[in-house]
Amino acid sequence: MKQKKEFDWFDRPESIKKLWIMLYAICGLLVVADFFTHRHPHFGFDGFVGFYALLGFVSCSVLILFSKLVALVLKAKEAYYDK
Amino acid sequence: MISDFPPAAILILGALLVPFFKGNAKNWYVILLPAVAFYLISQLQIGSSWQVHFFGFDLTFLRVDKLSKVFGYIFTLNATAAFVYAFYVKDSTQHMTALFYIGSALGVVFAGDLVALYFFWEIMAVASTFLILARKTKKAQAAGMRYILVHVFGGLCLLAGMVIYITETGSIAFNAMTDRNLGTYLILIGILINAAAPPMQAWLADAYPEATVTGGVILSAYTTKTAVYTLVRGFPGWEILIVVGCIMTIYGIIYALLENDARRILAYSIINQVGFMVCGVGIGTMMTINGTVAHAFCHIIYKSLLWMSAGSVLYMTGKSKCTDLGGLYKTMPLTLIFGTIGAMAISSFPGTSGFTSKSLIIDGAVHEHLVWVWLVLEVASAGVFLHAGIKFPYFDFFAKDKGLRPGETNKSMLIAMAFMSFLCIFLGLYPQPLYNILPYEVHYQAYSFTHVVAQLQLLMLSALVFFLFLKLLKRTETISIDTDWVYRKGGRLFYYVVERVLNGVNALSDRAIARAIPAWLGRFSRTPVSSMVTLYMRATGKDRRSIEDFRREANPEATTLLPMGMPVFISIVFLFSLFVIFAFF
Repeated sequence: MKQKKEFDWFDRPESIKKLWIMLYAICGLLVVADFFTHRHPHFGFDGFVGFYALLGFVSCSVLILFSKLVALVLKAKEAYYDK
Repeated sequence: MISDFPPAAILILGALLVPFFKGNAKNWYVILLPAVAFYLISQLQIGSSWQVHFFGFDLTFLRVDKLSKVFGYIFTLNATAAFVYAFYVKDSTQHMTALFYIGSALGVVFAGDLVALYFFWEIMAVASTFLILARKTKKAQAAGMRYILVHVFGGLCLLAGMVIYITETGSIAFNAMTDRNLGTYLILIGILINAAAPPMQAWLADAYPEATVTGGVILSAYTTKTAVYTLVRGFPGWEILIVVGCIMTIYGIIYALLENDARRILAYSIINQVGFMVCGVGIGTMMTINGTVAHAFCHIIYKSLLWMSAGSVLYMTGKSKCTDLGGLYKTMPLTLIFGTIGAMAISSFPGTSGFTSKSLIIDGAVHEHLVWVWLVLEVASAGVFLHAGIKFPYFDFFAKDKGLRPGETNKSMLIAMAFMSFLCIFLGLYPQPLYNILPYEVHYQAYSFTHVVAQLQLLMLSALVFFLFLKLLKRTETISIDTDWVYRKGGRLFYYVVERVLNGVNALSDRAIARAIPAWLGRFSRTPVSSMVTLYMRATGKDRRSIEDFRREANPEATTLLPMGMPVFISIVFLFSLFVIFAFF
């Protein structure tokens, strides 16, 4: 009897490409959707279209780069404390 | 009356009967206990109390108000689900320590005064240590030892603060603290250590991931959240907590991003989430206090769920490191789905419980015009999605297939996860039941088109960044040095230095005082003349040869020029007579 083919959709390069397109499309649509919102800016600088998109993008980039920076000092081998 | 009975007693006394049950009956029994406690808490009347006279104090073991009730609900609810999850565990000791631990957490929440609170606080520390030790590995033992030492230190701070506070005010009552002095600050420090606030936060990520599969699920909920409860009760509006909370949110993200072990990632994200709550307490308005309590409630659910799914992976594969895992979506799809629901809830995706609870805190900060606090909390919200929302499911279930084919986890675990997933979504879509039991009245609507779009923008762009930076986020087999370095490496350094210095002094004194000096004195008293002549000759630069020749030939002691016995005898007689004269005349 032939064994049932394993579900491996997420491993295929063409699916990963589809997922990338989806991700970009969602991000784009959300920024477009911002034109139809009624935002009440709280602090003056947070009123423009796509503010939260920019905030998410910038803050995550900064967090990742910052974590890479501190990693230079803080990373240690797993056996560090066993020595 | 039965309804005025402290719910903590049900779990703590009930735990004593656990060994008498066998097989599955034992598991049903431990599931039933917190469920009964949940029912009894729902029957407690607001304002009722239960006191015991003890050592001249009226100790209040039951104080019922909306705040204690809501924590009581979630503690018992989570315990019930956790014991369903732990259905495969047949070890009485683990169930008993878990019940003691959860029971004492309930004790803290319902304690009406500082003494009763402290009593349960300490039981909680000890019981939780046994949950860590239950893994029975060498690592778990070492981590458990460090864990208890930190908590003993925290407990001592709390005790010292309480003694000062009670002496000053003459009352053991525990309500919102208004005086800011040494006593209250010590109490605050003691509580913040349990809340895993920097610089005493490393115990959490050090110890919890070393616990057993089920131990981790149970531990994730109680110690930090009783600390949050205590802060809400005692320290609302203390501005320092805003700063502490903001630091915690960012700290948790940075360390979680660096971490390789999936359960350790979740441990760091507890610190991140508790940061939001601590911040909410620090702002201290009705809205943020409501937000803190609601967030604690939802957090316990989705954090347990996340620990459950990471625990299932560990249970099935024996692995929890991202570098060892990957591609599990093929064989553990249900665990993946439940874990993802938890990951979406912690990231406060619209439609999940995190969205309806965390927004209260963030909007509360906006209402107070705290621009920096708001900005930090928004940045941290984006970061949560990065480390807990995507990183955890991605590296465990997708990423690179490591050829693991474990199969789906056991049924009781899946049931518990399904239940928690249901709660995450239910409270996300319909938060009103939760809003109704919060300490203050809620006039809040989380859902508006604007709010949803803003939140989704924040999250989806974070997701985009994650995948754009995927190469930078590739896991390595490393750990990150944290403040526990001070007592892990620093402690060893201290030991080394002390050992070197003190034992060095010891050895030196031994050589000099115990051996060399008495030996030289002995020689000197036997041969005083030749010793002195030798010293003189050495000082004037004669070589060793001629000194030895002189000693052999002259042998001054043999001539008995100076009989030693007589002068000694005379001195003794003289000294004795002096003593007699001074003593008696």
